[in-house]
Amino acid sequence: MSHTTNTLPLPLYGMVAEFDNEEDLIAATRAAKAAGYQKIEAYTPYPVHGLNEPDVLNLQDWKIPVITFLAGIGGAIGGLALQTFTSVIDYKWNVGGKPAFSWPQFIPVTFECTILAAALTGVVAMFALNGLPRPHHPIFNAPRFELASQSSFFLCIEAADGKFDREDTEAFLLAQHPLAVSEVEN
Amino acid sequence: MADVYPTPTPSDGEIELPGDTMIAHKHTYESVTDRIASIVLNQLGQPLPWYVMTGIGFLLLNMMMYAIVYLLFKGVGIWGINEPSAWGFDIINFVWWIGIGHAGTLISAILLLLRQQWRTSINRFAEAMTLFAVSCAGLYPLLHTGRPWVAYWMFPYPNILGMWPQFRSPLIWDVFAVSTYATVSAVFWFVGLVPDLATLRDRATNGYAKILFGMGALGWRGSATHWQRYETIYLILAGLSTPLVLSVHSIVSFDFSVGIVPGWHTTIFPPYFVAGAVFAGFAMVITFAIPLRKLYHLEDFITIKHLDWMAKIMLTTGLIVAYGYAMEAFFAWYGGDTYEMYMMKNRMFTGPYAWSYWVLIGTNILIPQLMWVKKFRHNLVILFLVCQSVSVGMWFERFVIIPISLHRDYLPSSWGYYTPRPFDYMMFIGTMGQFLFLMFLFIRFLPMISIFEMRELLHHEQLHKHDDHGHDHGNQAPTDTETVTPGANASH
Repeated sequence: MSHTTNTLPLPLYGMVAEFDNEEDLIAATRAAKAAGYQKIEAYTPYPVHGLNEPDVLNLQDWKIPVITFLAGIGGAIGGLALQTFTSVIDYKWNVGGKPAFSWPQFIPVTFECTILAAALTGVVAMFALNGLPRPHHPIFNAPRFELASQSSFFLCIEAADGKFDREDTEAFLLAQHPLAVSEVEN
Repeated sequence: MADVYPTPTPSDGEIELPGDTMIAHKHTYESVTDRIASIVLNQLGQPLPWYVMTGIGFLLLNMMMYAIVYLLFKGVGIWGINEPSAWGFDIINFVWWIGIGHAGTLISAILLLLRQQWRTSINRFAEAMTLFAVSCAGLYPLLHTGRPWVAYWMFPYPNILGMWPQFRSPLIWDVFAVSTYATVSAVFWFVGLVPDLATLRDRATNGYAKILFGMGALGWRGSATHWQRYETIYLILAGLSTPLVLSVHSIVSFDFSVGIVPGWHTTIFPPYFVAGAVFAGFAMVITFAIPLRKLYHLEDFITIKHLDWMAKIMLTTGLIVAYGYAMEAFFAWYGGDTYEMYMMKNRMFTGPYAWSYWVLIGTNILIPQLMWVKKFRHNLVILFLVCQSVSVGMWFERFVIIPISLHRDYLPSSWGYYTPRPFDYMMFIGTMGQFLFLMFLFIRFLPMISIFEMRELLHHEQLHKHDDHGHDHGNQAPTDTETVTPGANASH
């Protein structure tokens, strides 16, 4: 999405601002969005719902619920198909005088297969969509970033953003009253 | 015992927290993280009881290993089971352990869906307890088969025998149910751990610890985009786990209720088993919560209020179980079926095991009624003892259901008697050792309280205080992280 023809990675990943509470971070992120920056990301030690708002980072994932639901349906069909094939078609036999397709007796296993398929697929989808596992990411080069998983809240504006300018962005971030503003190398 | 973990404030006894407050005393994100992570990063060493309990667990685990190996060589004849009592301690213990596991899922999943904030400080170790209880339970269906080395025949794989599992049997439903439960619980637990493993990765100073935690954390960096997807799946998993836990113990109850044995063939079993499982499970959670919070000074997070609520849930489910017992007796009398009426008479009054029925009533129904009294709920000794009574009582419930119904059913000439033998006891106590060992390893190597959820809870509470009192209790992170000692307050 870069406008330049530069194919080499930029030496700078972005500029990062550190805050000590979520309210300041949300306000700063909202300001960044309003200022026209697009490649912004927030890093927090716990999920901050205020960041999902449309005027902040506008995060709405519809893929995971859909994928999970479809996987559940697949699991149900698979479970029922498994039992139907094995007990009704391949090795059909009379158990307690029940009809061959004794569907009430097939319910428990079908149900369990539904849950299993939905849960496993959903979790794999979540990690895959998040691009995890990913051992290294440039943001880990930010100073004090280890606090992002403990007590600090970070806002990062990436250098790849069209509006990014080293001095202007730094000034903009400083205007949000963070604890610190730093460069992040790639 | 040397006080390894410092108490955060002068000991003023257990304080009653006002309103919805879940965290006692002032904490910051830093202090919450530090308090929990320092246990895992071994910054202050482990208290002596940790070594003692882990050691005991390990020894009992070894005893169990011996019992299992001997079983594999000699067969199930080494146990006390016979005809007609073909199921004894093996299935009693299986159901007991699975039942104990259910509280973990209830706390993790159901209380999340019901938006109960008080689940936050207990859900991690309750969920761990579920996994370890299921691992203990799972040994039994595997080993009680005549030929455990072909237990894989219970799974539907194409084979040269041309045979498939009997899908119309509750025993196979069990295989699927327990496998699914173990898998989904493990996945739910692991997903919850990922952000905390990231915290530990970032705090660890030991190189090996950093690498291992880093591998577990999968590169988690706390990105808001990731958190949003993470929360989505977390909620979905909770929503999936809720019907799962209800179905698993219902399916376990089908092992009995689908059979025609008098005393087994009753429709009250699924709800009564599920309630009983929650009952036993909460007793086990409280059993661990009381000593652990004292040992590791986590009273600020697992407060008296938490114990109080857990005791109330235990009481409620105990009452449901009591209703189940009453209904069983009522069905037998009202139904007029000779066999069922005899079964009830045998169980309660005339049979050789009648003593166990009254032990059951005493430990499972009478003693837990103490929990109506707030003073007793808040008295940790009484609460602990009531929980032990419930654990014993729930074991006896399965004892009353299984051997008592089996040893005298339709044909008097087939009547028998069940006596447990040494290997039954060895295996049973051995599974307790396995459970203890795994729990204490978990306490040592993984955060026993969900750190990121506690931070979220802390923020939620600070927001409320801010609204109510109008002055700022906002979190002030210390600028120099090295000087923060566990529990220290950044601002007074």
